[in-house]
Parts: sequence; C-alpha cells; structure tokens
Amino acid sequence: MAFDGLLEGNSDQWAFGTDFDDPLAGLDVALPAALDPLEHARFCLGLADDALILSQRLAEWCSRAPDLEDDVALANLALDLLGQARLLLGRAALVDPAVVPVLPAGSPVPAEDALAFFRDAAAFRNVQLVELPNGDFAHVIVRLLMFSVARLELFQQLLSSADPVLAAVAARGVKELAYQRDWAGRWFVTLARGTSESRRRVLAALAGLWVHQAELAEAYGLSGGAVLERVFLAGGVAQPDSVVRVGGRGRDGMHTEALSLLLAEMQVVARAHPMGRW
Amino acid sequence: MTTADLEAHFDAVIARRDRIEPRDWMPEAYRRTLIRQIAQHAHSEIIGMQPEGNWIGRAPSLRRKAILLAKVQDEAGHGLYLYSACETLGISRGELVELLLGGKQKYSSIFNYPTLSYADVGTIGWLVDGAAICNQVPLCRTSYGPYGRAMIRICKEESFHQRQGYELLMTMMRGTEEQRALVQESVDRFWWPSLMMFGPPDEHSPNSERSMAWGIKRHSNDELRQKFVDLTVPQAEVLGVRLPDPELSWNAEREHYDFGRPDWDELSAVIRGDGPCNAQRLAHRRKAHDDGAWVREAATAFAERGRDD
Repeated sequence: MAFDGLLEGNSDQWAFGTDFDDPLAGLDVALPAALDPLEHARFCLGLADDALILSQRLAEWCSRAPDLEDDVALANLALDLLGQARLLLGRAALVDPAVVPVLPAGSPVPAEDALAFFRDAAAFRNVQLVELPNGDFAHVIVRLLMFSVARLELFQQLLSSADPVLAAVAARGVKELAYQRDWAGRWFVTLARGTSESRRRVLAALAGLWVHQAELAEAYGLSGGAVLERVFLAGGVAQPDSVVRVGGRGRDGMHTEALSLLLAEMQVVARAHPMGRW
Repeated sequence: MTTADLEAHFDAVIARRDRIEPRDWMPEAYRRTLIRQIAQHAHSEIIGMQPEGNWIGRAPSLRRKAILLAKVQDEAGHGLYLYSACETLGISRGELVELLLGGKQKYSSIFNYPTLSYADVGTIGWLVDGAAICNQVPLCRTSYGPYGRAMIRICKEESFHQRQGYELLMTMMRGTEEQRALVQESVDRFWWPSLMMFGPPDEHSPNSERSMAWGIKRHSNDELRQKFVDLTVPQAEVLGVRLPDPELSWNAEREHYDFGRPDWDELSAVIRGDGPCNAQRLAHRRKAHDDGAWVREAATAFAERGRDD
C-alpha cells in the first residue's frame, strides 16, 4: 500500500526511531505502603506542574533566540521538562486517580492530558517563578539558573525515593537538570561579565526574579545556596538579599495573573475538542 | 595549471557525476549558484520554524506538543547544517542572515501562508514536507559534496516529519466530525501552494538548465511536481480526504495522474513579496535578530576578554 512506508515501516529507517524510549519500562509501579497516596500524588503534581509550565514558557522562545544554537538549546530544555512533566503527571494520576479532572463519558483524552488541559489555574500547583511572562534573554537565563539549581538538588535526593517510579524519573532528570544548570550558569557568567549592557540586564533580571527565590526554596526544600553563590561569584555579582514575599504560594493554588493567560493559550484547542483524538 | 585546465578538470568531475569539494577549483558562476540555492534552503528552514512554531503553545496533547517542538527544533538544526555547508563556499552565516533580512535572498514561498488550525501541523508534515522530500532526495546526489552530505541527514529527518504529520491527520480522521472537517479544510488550503513549491513550470524557470548541466539539480520542476502528485493521490485516498482539483484523474496512457494548472500568478505574487505572511515572517525574524544583538555582543566581548586574561 502507498502508506506502508509512512505508517507501518521498520523503525530502523527513521533517523530517531518511532517514539521515545520509556524510562519506566519494566518497573513495578505499585506505590510502597509507606507512602500516603494522596500526599504523594500532590507532591508529584507540584513537580509536574513546575516542569510543564516552565516548558511552556521556554517553548515560547522557539524561533526567537539570539542565535540558532540558543534556539536549539532552549527547545532541548523545554523538551526535557515536558518529558519530566508527562511522567510525573502520569504518576500522580496513577497514585491518586481523584486528581484527574472528569471528562465526558467516552472521552479518549489520556490522564496526562486531562491534567494538563482540563484544570483551571487554581488547580495548578506550580511555583509562581515558572509562570511569570517571558522577558529578555537575561530573564530566561536567571529563571533557568534558579530553577535548575533547586530542582537538581531535590532530584538528587529523589534518586533514593521510596517510590521506584519517582526514583526512575529522578535518574533521568538529574542528567537533564545538570545540563540545564550548566548551560544557564555559563550564560549567566557570560552576560554578567560581557558588556555593560548585558551586565545591566542580568542584574535587572535577577532583581526582578529574586523575590520568587523564597517560595522556590521552600517548595524544593533547599538547604543552602552554595551552587548559586559560586555562579554569582564567577559572574562578580552580589547575591541579592532574601525577600519574603506575601500573597500566597503556587503549591496551594495561589498564582500570579500570568497563569490563567498562559493556560488560556495552552488549553484552547484541547478544550474545544473534549472528545477529540490527537 | 591554466584556467582552461582547471575548467576541464571540473567538467570531467561533473561528467562522471563525482563530487566537487570546498578546496577544488570551481567556476565563479557555479559557486554563486550554489550559494544562492543553499542559502535559500537554509533560510527556508529558519523561516519555516514560524508557521508551525505558531501552534506549539496550543498543541492539544502533551505528546503532540513534544513531537511538534522537536520538529521545529530539527528545522533550526537543518538551518545550521545548511549555513555551514554554505560557509564552505566562502560566505559567512552573518552575511547570509543579512541577505535574508534585507530581502536580497529568498526562502520557500510556502512559508508565506498562514497556519490557521492544528490540522495545519499535520498537513504541513504530509504535503509540505512531502513536497520538500521529492525536491530534496535527488539533492543527496548533487555535485557539491558538503551540500549533498547535509541533504542525506536532512532527508532522513524530513521523512520522519512527514510520517508524523500523516499520522496526526490519520488520528484526527479517526476522531470527531469537527476534526475531520479541520483536516479537509487544511488540505484544501495547502494543496495548491504545495504544488507551487516545485517552482514555476519548466518553460519559465530561468536558472534550471544551467543547474542541471552542473549536476546541482537532477530533475526538472515539472518532473518533480508530477512525481509528488503521483505519490500523494493514493495517500489522500487512504486518509479519506478530497484533493481540491476537479481535473485530477489517472491517465492510463501516461501512467501518471493528470492535474490542474496551479495559479502561477499567485506564485509570482508570493515570490514578489505579496503573499499573506511575507511581511510578518521577515518582521519576526528581524525582531529576533535585533533583540538578540546585545546577547551576541556580550558573548563576543566575554570570549575576547577570556583570550586576554
């Protein structure tokens, strides 16, 4: 048939095979009795939403980066986080099916998509840092640096999680986040020590984003700031004073005005077709 | 060696369908033609990120979002290899980007059409990437080595993209009535512009003959267009969509499909700059370039300081 080549064919003929490999293949997905399902699902959902929402923001950079190499790198980071989000949403749904929004009977929408596309802003559990609208290139670098340092530290601890699925997600994520931190860290130093214009911009981005560091540190259980301190030192930048911001936390469903706008874009097609197949 | 000897050697390499490499002598007109063609191809990859990139934020499933983002990322990668291939001919990426932004070099006319629904992501994969593959597979054997080698990798990835696009449309056709209508509407919009991707008819293609003689091009515009139609019609039948051409029918004598005449005035208008999105696509690229200027300057300054330290 005319289509064998396109649909059936042998996966070897395609440059990257036919799909992504599953890091959970062969894993026992039962939740150990020591873990409380409701609490664990909530924990996974927070980590999933952080990755999903930041991935959405990073993908907005596509075709807009300063150079082609940066465009490719930002898309890579967005894809890594999207991959983490999918695994974690799936985990949350499996551990506590009650977190998944109810769709019309017979809807073919899988749990990960029901969670991503059919929850309203107040049901999202991401930290506010990841939902803020994009700014300039210094903004994306500072946000990524803060985020990847915090997330990498937590994922390193999750390597020994009692939940084997979370441990597997962390094992893959640690490599991705280390790359993300190094990429952002190198750019941070480059911008901080590049020109007076780039230094001005990176300081402005840091000043604007640092008010979200306390919420991030709390959500990720950060112990100290040794890694960030080293990067700041390399860039000749003083660590900003810590700020305690009032107004609620993303993990409790309290968000900035930016999130519902982000979701309006992200969810518009999926919500128009609750019975659709994609 | 005299110029005549060099020319004779060049002609002999072309005649035995061997490759010309960057350090080989080549006629200036061959170099200029290649720069024009490879640059146009690279620019098409970069501008082509926009129409599909338009839907990344609204992809209706996380799996489709990952597929689309990876695809648009591949296009940036293709742009990178092609700019590199072009640089072997003695022109820099920066100069090529300036030529694009100044409107002095073109990119594929197809990217001057808008993407209006998520079905367009599938249709672009199926028809636009399909047409690109018909154009590009013969370029894997083109006479200039770096270009041919870049094309081998690009064609593999394009085939993957075409397959993903077709698979999206197949899935949508198995979905709801509204989804099937979206697919049909999208195919209606993209069919004729896809046929135009092969360029004007042979009798109006000024550069074709010389490119064929030099082995840069291996088949004429009309031959490739026919091949694309012959491959695509059965695919449309399997998919269950109607191709919007009442003259489309199998010609048993020719053993090819007959098809209607694309609107060549429309193609000329789009190439001239009057397509629906020409101004928007260039403005987007120019803004990204201008917004990134301070970052590129910072990176250069930082690298230079590192050398001084």
